Amino acid sequence: MKVLNEMKLSFLSKSVNEGFARGAVSAFLMQLDPTVSQLADIKTAVSEAVTNCIVHAYPEGSGMIYITAKVLEDKRFVVSVRDRGCGIPDIKQAMEPLFTTGGEERAGLGFAVMQSFTDKIKVSSTPGKGTTVTMTKRLDSDE
Amino acid sequence: MNVSFSFYRGELTAYLKGEIDHHTARSMRQRIDGESERLHPTLLILDFSQVIFMDSSAIGLIMGRYRLMQLIGGYIRVSNIPPHLRRIVELSGIGALGVLEYKGKEKGKNESA
Repeated sequence: MKVLNEMKLSFLSKSVNEGFARGAVSAFLMQLDPTVSQLADIKTAVSEAVTNCIVHAYPEGSGMIYITAKVLEDKRFVVSVRDRGCGIPDIKQAMEPLFTTGGEERAGLGFAVMQSFTDKIKVSSTPGKGTTVTMTKRLDSDE
Repeated sequence: MNVSFSFYRGELTAYLKGEIDHHTARSMRQRIDGESERLHPTLLILDFSQVIFMDSSAIGLIMGRYRLMQLIGGYIRVSNIPPHLRRIVELSGIGALGVLEYKGKEKGKNESA
């Protein structure tokens, strides 16, 4: 499918950057004239993906997080969030609602939110090499 | 500050403001827990009316405070979550704890039933 526009972003895995990352992606999304709820969905999904990188990917200090966002034909928006961190040993388990290794204050809902707030999600991960989460949302339909 | 408080007759209300994510939830948690441990309220109310964004960190924040209040023998109520933020609340299933309340609406009562 034809790419109409694209942006790339890289930043350190510091929690203060969570707001920056979802803000930057939603600013880029504005060209598709999203509804309030579509904008909130993307913002929330990106926030979850970036938080996962910050909480889990780099347990010893911080590393880089890379975001690519693309506008495709038919008002399709694709955003991928990548890290070069520790990787996920069991993706199926990690995606189960309420599963978390993040301690008592984490709800274990990150992937459930990403799944529910976008149309498609793909997770690929290699232990020791990193993880990429790619989410697609169609903005042509009013849910 | 992203949390302000009022305390009256054993009821502590925490007014959360702005965006709740993993970053901001940390300082909110510290302030709420600090006030709860100092004042030992019988009821802790988390007021979300001035929250403009939240991700699942807010759900973690609510669940953690729910456990804290159980420990110190009090109750918790979560009030006024703005309509555009309710989707994540519904997804989380925390309505089953019976703590949600929407001012002037019957919705909170139904969810706690």
